[in-house]
Amino acid sequence: MDFFTFVQLGDASVRMAIPLLLACLAGLFSERAGIFDIGLEGKMLAAAFLAAAVSLVSGNAWVGLLAGIGISIALSLIHGLASITFRGNQLISGVAINFFAAGLTVVVAQGWFAQGGRTPSLPKDARFNGIDFPGALTRVRDKMQADPWAQFYSEFISGHSILVYLGLLTVPLSWWVLYRTRFGLRLRAVGEAPEAVDTAGISVVRLRYTAVIIAGVLCGVAGAYLSTAVQAGFTKDMTANRGFIALAALIFAKWRPWYALGACLLFGLFFAIDNRFQNIQLEVIWIMTGLFAAAAAMTLYALRRERIDLIVLGGLSAVLVFVGLATWIGAMDEAIGATAALFETVKVPSQLIQSLPYLFVVVVLAGFVGKAIPPRAGGQPYVKER
Amino acid sequence: MDAMPKWADVVLVPVVSLLLAAIISIIVFVAVGQDPWEALKLMSYGAVGTSDNLGYTLFYMTNFIFTGLAVAVAFHAALFNIGGEGQVLLGGLGATLAVLFVPWPHWTLALLAGSVAAALFGALWVAIPAYLQARRGSHIVITTIMFNFMASGLLIFMLAGPLKPVGEMQIATAVFPETVHLPSLHDIAQLFGLDTFGRSPVNISIFLALGACVGVWALIWHTRLGYQIRAFGQSESAARYAGISAVNITMIALLISGALAGMMAVNNTMGINNPQLVDNAAGGAGFIGIAVALMGRNHPVGIVIAALLFGALFQGGAELSAATQIPVQIVVVIQALVIMFTGALDEMVRSPIQKMFLRYGNKGVGAPAAVLPEGEE
Repeated sequence: MDFFTFVQLGDASVRMAIPLLLACLAGLFSERAGIFDIGLEGKMLAAAFLAAAVSLVSGNAWVGLLAGIGISIALSLIHGLASITFRGNQLISGVAINFFAAGLTVVVAQGWFAQGGRTPSLPKDARFNGIDFPGALTRVRDKMQADPWAQFYSEFISGHSILVYLGLLTVPLSWWVLYRTRFGLRLRAVGEAPEAVDTAGISVVRLRYTAVIIAGVLCGVAGAYLSTAVQAGFTKDMTANRGFIALAALIFAKWRPWYALGACLLFGLFFAIDNRFQNIQLEVIWIMTGLFAAAAAMTLYALRRERIDLIVLGGLSAVLVFVGLATWIGAMDEAIGATAALFETVKVPSQLIQSLPYLFVVVVLAGFVGKAIPPRAGGQPYVKER
Repeated sequence: MDAMPKWADVVLVPVVSLLLAAIISIIVFVAVGQDPWEALKLMSYGAVGTSDNLGYTLFYMTNFIFTGLAVAVAFHAALFNIGGEGQVLLGGLGATLAVLFVPWPHWTLALLAGSVAAALFGALWVAIPAYLQARRGSHIVITTIMFNFMASGLLIFMLAGPLKPVGEMQIATAVFPETVHLPSLHDIAQLFGLDTFGRSPVNISIFLALGACVGVWALIWHTRLGYQIRAFGQSESAARYAGISAVNITMIALLISGALAGMMAVNNTMGINNPQLVDNAAGGAGFIGIAVALMGRNHPVGIVIAALLFGALFQGGAELSAATQIPVQIVVVIQALVIMFTGALDEMVRSPIQKMFLRYGNKGVGAPAAVLPEGEE
């Protein structure tokens, strides 16, 4: 791998990370105010559709962006109505919003454009196109021959759409709003101890609605970015679980903006690696060592705990050992024998690479890599004492 | 708080919620230029118009009973198992391994082995999230969502690799041997000289589903474990104080939930006309289970009714999309509306009705406060 490959990988990671980052910050505002939001996915999807549809009709990507933000805020308000005003179950409301968006985008897209639930391709001027910075090389062939600094500048720094730069700017902005303004202090307080905020004479309901609306705006931008900057138009289910991965990144970042950037870049890197290297190979011996070590560590941990830990973690260890042995036996054949099979290379299944972010989240949630503690009042509707 | 008689809670509130969902659905139909009355006619004909269509409706109903029960059992313990989709896929894997690689002499044995394996795999797939919820406090909703994604990855890996028959292009297992094909209701009806249900895949596992309903009813309301599950769901701290182990109840309730979801595979993997495991075996049924459980108020009788309704909706929606320009995703929209109104916006529907009863209705009705509400809050 030469330097240019690394630069390209970094470039792709940033591209992949932006929608995750925006959705993640949306979740951050909402959850810091005590409103769980698993409807990020649905809001992004609805915004992606409407942004593409309106950009197509109006010929202007900015108008599309506004439309996307609008629909996303509308869904946020429904979520707010259910979870703040009527004190319903926030998780169920989020699930409903996800399905509502997943179904309605396809139904409406079919009704409007009759192209099997997608929008027609957007022309170039109805999209957010890459901005080339002064002096940046644009042709791939020129970039390959340029010196490292020019490669880095042309590929990594320059050439993204405006939404990427805006998206990156939301990180310091969010940090500033949350930690350096009065509003941010109150927002964080309402997620930890709404009764204290209420006692201080500040409206819990208004603060929480503001938070879900901010979440709506950010999800709207994320959705519009997908359909008018990354791709040229809306396709069915185009968010592809990014809303859930953003939630995962949020937990990994422990509800903090700068860490959210790091988590999203990491998950973006997972996607970039998966896109670029379809074929990752490892020697059997390394796979077996890794799996056996994980199994041993878990069993050792469980041995010092209670019976239930031993049953579950012991069982999981057994499964890992089984997978390791199965890999080994799968690599064997008559020609090479058992010992040589240890040094055969096998392809790591691409499904495993794609599942890595999810696996990662479960490990993080398990609390073995630093415990993630959510805002204390998260998920609970606030009822004023009578 | 119990200002309402029980029938209002069990019947009136869900019906009003459903009406609200229907009104929004009508608006959606009008917005995409479809006559709602025409659509309703097409859908009801598609769902129950012929005995063949009715068979499909009952087939889907069987699926939704399993996933609905799965969500409901977890709800009774105040846990939200959103991972039904993944548990169904793993159940399918379990049933496939049990049936494809053991030469069962008769379908009854295969049904037994398949159900046990499906339940076991479904339960195992929720075991890690359940353990993490019980022992580490990781949120069950997030972990089960992640396990859904991993389940579909695992299934595609298995179907494209180890389980794919040599020389086949389709991402699916081999068709199960003839001896283990479950008898369809069509076959059973023929024994009595009737010719019903045509080519529809509704099969003997519908009785398994109804049996599971009775089982869940007995478990939740007539056993010590069921009482503990409900007590834990109503108030964790009170249950703890009464000596109920939070870890055990969380684990057991979720394992039962996962097993029920896994058993859906008996119907949609072993019970279909060419029984085999395909890559989208769950088809969203795990999520429809949420709507079914919410609408059925977590009670087996309600779940059967809700599952029948969703079965009809699913089948009717498929027929509607075949006959018109409306895509099949209209079913997902209606499903979302039902979840929204019966689940999250429950209070919006309930409180006006409650106020109405407080004002007018309390004369002839005894003391409803003494009756425990059937569903959870």
